[in-house]
Amino acid sequence: MAEQVDARGLSCPQPVILAHQKMKELKKGTFEVMVDTDTSCENIRRLAKNEGWEVEETKKTQDSGYVLILRKE
Amino acid sequence: MSNLKIFFGTRLGIISVGAFIGILATLLQKWGNPPNMGICVACFERDIAGALGLHRAAVVQYIRPEIIGFVFGSLIAAYAFKEFRPRVGSAPIVRFILGFFAMIGALVFLGCPWRALLRLAGGDGNAIFGLAGLAAGVAVGVLFLKNGYNLGRNQKTYVSVGWILPLIMATLFAFLIFAPLMGDGGKSGPIFFSEKGPGSMHAPIAISLIIGLAIGFLAQRTRFCTMGALRDIVLIRNFHLASGVFALLIAAFITNLILDQFHAGFSGQPAAQTNQLWNFLGMSLAGLAFALAGGCPGRQLFMAGEGDGDAAIFVLGMIVGAGFSHNFSLASSPAGVGFYGPHAVIIGLLVCFYVGITMREKTI
Repeated sequence: MAEQVDARGLSCPQPVILAHQKMKELKKGTFEVMVDTDTSCENIRRLAKNEGWEVEETKKTQDSGYVLILRKE
Repeated sequence: MSNLKIFFGTRLGIISVGAFIGILATLLQKWGNPPNMGICVACFERDIAGALGLHRAAVVQYIRPEIIGFVFGSLIAAYAFKEFRPRVGSAPIVRFILGFFAMIGALVFLGCPWRALLRLAGGDGNAIFGLAGLAAGVAVGVLFLKNGYNLGRNQKTYVSVGWILPLIMATLFAFLIFAPLMGDGGKSGPIFFSEKGPGSMHAPIAISLIIGLAIGFLAQRTRFCTMGALRDIVLIRNFHLASGVFALLIAAFITNLILDQFHAGFSGQPAAQTNQLWNFLGMSLAGLAFALAGGCPGRQLFMAGEGDGDAAIFVLGMIVGAGFSHNFSLASSPAGVGFYGPHAVIIGLLVCFYVGITMREKTI
């Protein structure tokens, strides 16, 4: 199972901080980030671009949240 | 709709909205709002507190339609783009206290971050110290964030919860229009409206409301946030939000030049005081409280419009803080710092440190 960051219910900027920490920890590879607002989704995308990670996929969940799959070779 | 959604998320989108706010805020001054105070979320919420009789500073009492417009503009955008998400429960009492002390700090400086930018764009050099304090406060907030500070998760809630602050704003609008006499058994105010001073200076209601609605709509779409701009630079070296804030400053500066509203200097600036230590420390307190609460006062209004009940609590904390600021001689005035203002700033900083140090989760 891929590494996960569950940032649902956390307000700005916690999702970005958690995803950033995971990027630093993994350095490369794949992980998922779960968020529940569009703002957090956009912020994670911006962070990924900033840090050289690719947003491989953004899935909309049943509860109107998002799961972003981030990857770095 | 989706193209529009993408545009608002781009660098050009946030720059356009920042410039739009800068131009309209400066025009609001031309149309009647106080000098260098086209928009000031802290001052305008303070004016609302005064109009409701929560403080009795006679020169700063008015129900500002811009604030009402911000919440409803954001609400409309949130519904239009299917982003209305009622949520609440992330340490609401702490958010109230952060809003309370954010207001106290802002009123020692005399302005929110938006007004700090507008003051600088109008030539008020004192704003430099306020903005430096704001940056320092946000930087300290980032240190707490990096060390695990977290107010915890919110929870989804009923749609009606997300409507509480908009309904309060609708009530305020009714008070503005009808100004019912409900004091002394129906013989006098509240509602109080200033007859002189900054509170008596305002653009026509319709103009203020429409501009508030437009800014609320656009700021919700772009997530415009002055505190977030500074925080993202320090935290992740990202300049996206900062480009919008910079655009606001430049656009307001140019508009002021065109309208002959630019007057450079330190003394005699409108609704400003020249004690730079407390300008700096007042905004340090405000910046730290904004960082710990996750948004500047404008952003808190926009988040409240999206259904965020915790942001709504922060707004109410600010309004109550404004009442205390004036009733307890904490707020500054053009004559100088309020008698107990410095004491309150130090207490506020200690409270923020207490919050930042003790509210940490090792695992989330």
